[in-house]
Amino acid sequence: MFIDFFYLLRQKKVPVSITEWMTLMEALSRGYAQSSLQAFYYLARAILVKSEVHYDQYDLAFQEYFKGVEASEDLIQQALEWMRNPANLRLTPEELAQMRRMQRAFEVEEQDGQHDGGDRWIGRGGRSSRGHDGQGEEGTRTDGEGGRRSAVKVAAERHFKNYRDDVTLDVRQFQLALKRLRQLNRQGPVDELALEETIDATSRNAGELELIWRRSRKNAVKLLLLMDVGGSMTPYSRLCSQLFSAAHSATHFKDFKYYYFHNCIYDRIYLDVERKSTYHTSQMLRTLESDYRVILVGDASMGTEELTQRHGAIWYIDKNETPGILWLRRVADHFTHCVWLNPEPLRLWNHPTIRMARQVFPMYPLTLEGLDLAIKKLVVKL
Amino acid sequence: MGVDGNSSFDQFVGTYRYIVSEDLRNAVNVAIALKRPLLVKGEPGTGKTLLAHNIALGLGKPLIVWNIKSTTKAQEGLYIYDTVQRLNDSRFGDKDISDVRQYIKLGQLGKSFVMQEHGVLLIDEIDKADLEFPNDLLNELDVMSFYIPELEETVCANHRPIVVVTSNSEKELPDAFLRRCVFHYIEFPNPEMMERIVRVHHPTIEESLLRECLKRFYWLRQFEELRKKPSTSELIDWLQALMAGGVSQERVEKELPFLGALIKKEEDLDYLEGKLTGTFGQRRKYV
Repeated sequence: MFIDFFYLLRQKKVPVSITEWMTLMEALSRGYAQSSLQAFYYLARAILVKSEVHYDQYDLAFQEYFKGVEASEDLIQQALEWMRNPANLRLTPEELAQMRRMQRAFEVEEQDGQHDGGDRWIGRGGRSSRGHDGQGEEGTRTDGEGGRRSAVKVAAERHFKNYRDDVTLDVRQFQLALKRLRQLNRQGPVDELALEETIDATSRNAGELELIWRRSRKNAVKLLLLMDVGGSMTPYSRLCSQLFSAAHSATHFKDFKYYYFHNCIYDRIYLDVERKSTYHTSQMLRTLESDYRVILVGDASMGTEELTQRHGAIWYIDKNETPGILWLRRVADHFTHCVWLNPEPLRLWNHPTIRMARQVFPMYPLTLEGLDLAIKKLVVKL
Repeated sequence: MGVDGNSSFDQFVGTYRYIVSEDLRNAVNVAIALKRPLLVKGEPGTGKTLLAHNIALGLGKPLIVWNIKSTTKAQEGLYIYDTVQRLNDSRFGDKDISDVRQYIKLGQLGKSFVMQEHGVLLIDEIDKADLEFPNDLLNELDVMSFYIPELEETVCANHRPIVVVTSNSEKELPDAFLRRCVFHYIEFPNPEMMERIVRVHHPTIEESLLRECLKRFYWLRQFEELRKKPSTSELIDWLQALMAGGVSQERVEKELPFLGALIKKEEDLDYLEGKLTGTFGQRRKYV
């Protein structure tokens, strides 16, 4: 009955999960909607929508679904009656058909959605209505789908695949990955009780308590982020800004520096995305110690001359006296740990300038998996 | 719980000190009825923390507050085993240190479980803590029990506390945590609502002064350029200052006295000065 509303919400990009939907069903069956559409509106919103960002979409969906029924409270009454029968909480054949239709729709959606980080249908962590959530699957089976592959299963397979390869990353996932970028050293005030040593010293002291304190462990990693902005990077700007905000909000780095460049690093780098204020690359190399962990983000796809020739920079203001590839080498030589994250799909990595950049820096795709590998590379001890 | 839930559903209706909008009241009651944590977000100063205090007040239940800091660990909310104290006591022999129980101190979450009566637990500013923090509490909040290995005991909630979680969206919360919560975003109150809220705090305020102040307040809030827009709590402080200073309505109309109570950032003050004097905030730079 209401199941259409659920799909409508998802169609409007509100990430509603089966768990939340079942919670709403539970609430309805207990009569919390008080037989009024108004109360239902708030009830459903409190349970289904978990971010104010989606309130608007929820409103749209609600309007669309309940258009015209505002006057009659019958619908809710009917629904409540219907909810009281637990058998109704399973999917009916019509709903199953509906689900199949939706799935076809979302296969299409998925294909053109893949590129721009289409995390809408293949939500992470089982947000998807067709995840491996037991409930959905059970509902399908009761219909006697039998030997054929159920829609749920197909969806589950796809879900998994996309989770691996797709560029669906959000700030939180980036943050979690960056958390692994740490090297703990003991520093700061002596304020941590060393239990082992204390016991040892106390025993030696014939049971007279002797407290041993030590410095607590702090992360010693300093991070330098160099990002390619503008031009061919524009399609990836959302992805890059997510990585940036993750790095920026991470509090566990000892220091975090970031500069921007256009296509390649030349004599000067930029302090802002608009590339208005410049900074000398040589000065950066002079002032930053070589133990900064460096993450370069860029597609490394450009004309060969941009990399190999003097004055090759595509942006006339850059006017480089030294070819880009030399600058890249200088960066790689100065810092002990560098990685390059490339948002371009792997199949395009045969591009001549990507190959050249890969000879200088270890390159990883800008995906969750790629970032994980890159971070492992950044924490190896030399 | 059966269908009889209907009669007991509308438990929370606000208090004499806290005006609650209809949607917020609904969200609170849904959370209470479904026994799920209520996650409250909203602009700073919209009364997220006060909500929990007033749920406790309105329902006549005790409140336990767990303030989250960046260093808070989930474990601290459950219990702390004070090994150092035990070690220290072992020197004097005036206590029976074989009784581990006296060194187990329950945290705020643990305390809310063992309370003899039904209480309210406020987990304030959950987004301040480490990224993993909400995930570490999933099970405890779900089943409302936890295990203490030192005592080989499981602490179960006598009465499931009403859990209110507040967040300022400094960090994103994990999906698994969100799925278990009832969510509400406290919108910034509109002028009518604000008038009711102010009257709760300053019942004696003059009608004309209040009108003028609200007009000025919403005028200030319309500037998108402000780094930090003034909020409800700042308005209430400002009115307090105006009343204490005996400022008249005309003065509020002409200038903005005690602007510092409303605007907390220097850039914003500069900007407003520019707006008020027509110098576009340039003047200070040449002084």
